[in-house]
Amino acid sequence: MSRLSRWFDPGPLPAQSESRGRDSGLTVLGCLGAAALLWLIEAQGGGYVVHMTTLAGLFAVLAISYNLINGVTGQFSLEPNAFVACGAYVTALLTLSPAEKEMTFILEPLVWPFAVISLSLPVALVIAGLVTTLMAFVMGFPVFRVRGDYLAIVTLGFGEVIRVVANNAQSVTNGPLGLKGIPHLTNIWWAWGLAAVTLFVVMRLVNSSYGRALKAIREDEAAAEAMGINAFWHKMLAFTVSAFFEGVAGGLLGHLITTISPSLFTFFLTFNLLIIIVVGGLGSTTGAVLAAVLFTFGGEWLRVVEEPISFLGLDIPGIPGMRMVVFSLILMAFMIFARQGILGKHEFSWRWLLGLVRRRGGRA
Amino acid sequence: MDALQQIINGLTLGSLYALIAIGYTMVYGILRLINFAHGDVLMVGCYIAWFGATMFGLPWWAALMGSMALTALLGVLIDQGAYRPLRKAPRISALITAIGVSFLLENLGLVVFGGRPKAFERPEIFNQLLQWGDLRVLSLSLWVPVITALILAGLLFIIHRTRLGMAMRALSRDLVTVQLMGIDTNRVVAATFALGSALAAAGGIFWAMKYPQINPLMGVLPGLKAFVAAVLGGIGNVTGALLGGLLLGMCEILLVAWLPELAGYRDALAFVLLIGILIFRPSGIMGEELPE
Repeated sequence: MSRLSRWFDPGPLPAQSESRGRDSGLTVLGCLGAAALLWLIEAQGGGYVVHMTTLAGLFAVLAISYNLINGVTGQFSLEPNAFVACGAYVTALLTLSPAEKEMTFILEPLVWPFAVISLSLPVALVIAGLVTTLMAFVMGFPVFRVRGDYLAIVTLGFGEVIRVVANNAQSVTNGPLGLKGIPHLTNIWWAWGLAAVTLFVVMRLVNSSYGRALKAIREDEAAAEAMGINAFWHKMLAFTVSAFFEGVAGGLLGHLITTISPSLFTFFLTFNLLIIIVVGGLGSTTGAVLAAVLFTFGGEWLRVVEEPISFLGLDIPGIPGMRMVVFSLILMAFMIFARQGILGKHEFSWRWLLGLVRRRGGRA
Repeated sequence: MDALQQIINGLTLGSLYALIAIGYTMVYGILRLINFAHGDVLMVGCYIAWFGATMFGLPWWAALMGSMALTALLGVLIDQGAYRPLRKAPRISALITAIGVSFLLENLGLVVFGGRPKAFERPEIFNQLLQWGDLRVLSLSLWVPVITALILAGLLFIIHRTRLGMAMRALSRDLVTVQLMGIDTNRVVAATFALGSALAAAGGIFWAMKYPQINPLMGVLPGLKAFVAAVLGGIGNVTGALLGGLLLGMCEILLVAWLPELAGYRDALAFVLLIGILIFRPSGIMGEELPE
């Protein structure tokens, strides 16, 4: 266990049954507290802070879903950019008004039925989620025939294929020009509301018998199969659930940044999510949320390294692009020195927090 | 005539894929690690050659040799710095680190070299336009397969006729036992990285001469496709990497030649082939068995 995850280890915990009522109460309080904080940010923070907080919520959704297949099920895959792209395009095509679409698609007209319909955001998001799920379902058949690093490279290949298709299917995606003028409908409540739903659904899944089966597949697939777990369908379950939420989050992302094009959904997006789930601890759902917030705001804070600094009379010029260098180093450092990430495979729980407070408080 | 033209194009592109694929296949054969950074090592090799040729005025062959030597060193450094601490870790950790190294090289490249592409001059010998009737071929297109064949012959000699090559072959069978036999596995792994990276530099430099420009992200796509070529040929097998590279190069050129309306999907072809081969013949053309 790395020093980092040891710091967060509260030691022996009291039995769970003792404190179920207290925990539910604390969870409700925690949700109210979080809502109050979001309300405060929306009311007091500037547009920039609100934007970043919204983005952090979407990253949290993506990280939770990505971690479900990579961390919990242990199937190291590299396709989230494909799912996010699918969700973003489908949602945008459904919500844009026919007039706007006609203006955007100048080279080739948009295909029917997208050209004539215009739906409200919630309906479009659900459809986008379902379309992405369907895509994952179809993808799953070839993808889960292979394991290990072949799985990684095949899913990476799928991500690339989707990007190439988005670049070339002019009459659906408008090619490299992308879609513009998407209404700015995503706010802080959409993003964090979806994060709460995703967290709830994924936590319930992880703590169910299905979740235990997923973890069994991660630890030893052959043993899990010997115990009667159908590895293929369980992987498919994790994959499709993760795809659904990634698709919906992609849709919200499109309505946050209002312009989407294939260059937005490169492997770079997957790389960012990979850093998040590695830092949070592969296999820890709550760790993914924590790391998503850290990543979004830490990334902004890291802009310091790209700005000119004056240090002891020395003028150090800003180096644009340095942020990504630092991110890559962080990923490597975590892998080499703290492979467990912040939370390891543990989850945040009130028992854990109270135990930690007790232990740390007792020492001080 | 047109068919001959396409075959030459395919042969050239395929040889370049093969040169890059060999590095993947050697490292994978020994460490079971997809060295994601391989394509970016190639990019660094191109920049070294570019600096050698433009700043120091080296002749092309000296720039090529110097770049291969320095890139080999870079490969060894990456292995020792990033992969060696993770030899005993789960394989996925090493893979994630490799992705980290890849992004590190790309972004360091953007910071140090700048994002604007640099023109990569073709030496005189490769820049001649040969013409027979309708057939117009750049001399580079004929030289590349020849040079690839020479390099591959040298490599096969090393692998099958030297002690180092014997150690490499032994390592790819069983790393632990080889260690117990008193072989310094670390040196063999380092030599593998050195050879693979030098070949990547050579492949990259000819790639850069073909599309005469370089940029910090130039290694990504050739790297990924060369990996696909290595899997097509049967990963871990050097001759397989050559066959896989040629096959992929031919397929790409023929797709563009026969179905020009699908030319935009050219970059997706490699992955479609990959998915197909993993479903129908996971061990590739020359491979023996799939390790995992």
